[in-house]
Amino acid sequence: MKELICIVCPRGCHLKVDEANDYAVTGNSCPRGAEYGRNECTHPTRVLTTTVKIDGAAYRRCPVRTERAIDKSLLFKAMDALNGVTLHAPVHVGDVALENVCGTGVNVIVTREL
Amino acid sequence: MTYDLIVIGGGPAGLAAAVSASENGLKNILIVERDRELGGILNQCIHNGFGLHRFKEELSGPEYARRFIEMLKNTAVSVLTDAMVLDIAPDRTVRVVSAQHGYQTLAAKSVVLAMGCRERTRGAIGIPGDRPSGVFTAGTAQRYLNLEGYMCGRRVVILGSGDIGLIMARRMTLEGAKVLACVEVMPYSGGLTRNIVQCLHDFDIPLYLSHTVTDITATNGRVSSVTVAQVDERRAPIPGTEMHFDCDTLLLSVGLIPENELTRAAGIAIDPRTNGPVVFENMETSMPGVFACGNVVHVHDLVDYVSAESERAGKAAARFVLNGDAQGEPIELHNGNAVSYTVPQKLRRENVEKVADVFFRVRRIFGASVINVTSGGQALASYKRERMAPGEMEHLLLPAALLQKASGEITISCEEADCK
Repeated sequence: MKELICIVCPRGCHLKVDEANDYAVTGNSCPRGAEYGRNECTHPTRVLTTTVKIDGAAYRRCPVRTERAIDKSLLFKAMDALNGVTLHAPVHVGDVALENVCGTGVNVIVTREL
Repeated sequence: MTYDLIVIGGGPAGLAAAVSASENGLKNILIVERDRELGGILNQCIHNGFGLHRFKEELSGPEYARRFIEMLKNTAVSVLTDAMVLDIAPDRTVRVVSAQHGYQTLAAKSVVLAMGCRERTRGAIGIPGDRPSGVFTAGTAQRYLNLEGYMCGRRVVILGSGDIGLIMARRMTLEGAKVLACVEVMPYSGGLTRNIVQCLHDFDIPLYLSHTVTDITATNGRVSSVTVAQVDERRAPIPGTEMHFDCDTLLLSVGLIPENELTRAAGIAIDPRTNGPVVFENMETSMPGVFACGNVVHVHDLVDYVSAESERAGKAAARFVLNGDAQGEPIELHNGNAVSYTVPQKLRRENVEKVADVFFRVRRIFGASVINVTSGGQALASYKRERMAPGEMEHLLLPAALLQKASGEITISCEEADCK
């Protein structure tokens, strides 16, 4: 039995995950908590939020995020990959800053107009 | 021209209030914003987790702000950026200065205060030691890193476990810094539990509870180490428990202060517990026709709650302009056991449609517990909680019918649940 705190929402439910019983989750208040508890014990993932360089905009950095959660172990590799990206203004919310980051099949998208 | 409504501040609170006032029938609305763009602090909060309540999806700060900025496009709300409000007169005349228009005196039928809050600094908590560069508030470092593109340190200690500090621990780590420790003077964290997990635990950053920074030393004008010591129950450092961290940066996440210079200068009543204006059930302040919402009233955990509160303020401003003063005899909300403040502080029952939203914070950590709402020694309602913490704001919806039973003031108090 593994005890976790759910990070899906700010409520922070205290989860119990039964590894011996097909990762059955208790203590969750919603189905997303059950999914988080199971994933966290089998293959933990996170949404990566960071910035990339942008030319020709009011600011020097443009905020981006992975469209979906990626493998937690890939966070620093993804940061390295994003260090090589330079965007050019104008950019729009949802524009792809980097496709298929680290072979995950997940795109990194722009999160503001700049 | 007299504006129907002037909103002071174009962050999440001001945006939601303006949109709501427009939806509720006001025509001439102006948002005055001192930055060069709308969105407020959300623009630098590039992490996700915003909007789960409001939009049922997980957005980053800029995306959340964008939703409201888009809503403005369908309204007649006008925006004045790069502009500073100097004062507000009792007749709701607002004096503004901007590079674009110079000095202006603007008349308004109603005003919404949405100035937000600012960070407590080193000076406010009096950390001893050298005074070198390399000591930043966490929000300043966040702006440097996320908007301006400056990495402000390589080896970092964070004092305070508020959410901004925790978010910056993760952010600096991802950008290649080594975050050596997060130090919290209280025996519990001031931030959301999820942020302890995903910002500290994920990166093996130690959290020292009941510890504080007792000294800062500098080499060549830059932070070179900080001393951290354990504190006793009275938050006094315990000699002999000192640890030294070699670092070049100290980030402070030691609390937020509602920014109420305008409010005070206008003579509006301030609650010393929240450092924000005293408000009624509809977010109206002690000055009729002047409303307040968001972090200028009390510091919120979640922007979703700021938006909801601000929509109520915008709606109330519209009602004030279209229907006149709110009526009713106010009853006070009294802070009972372990309750540090409530917002609103006063309720006019006649003015509560279905339910009154009441926010409050507890003074200490609770396990299984009960929130009791009483009046004149009589129990009105009780609500169960599995756990409560000072870092997590509590929210009650008090039905209008329940409020009718109150006599005199209403007291909200908390106690441990019976272990039966």
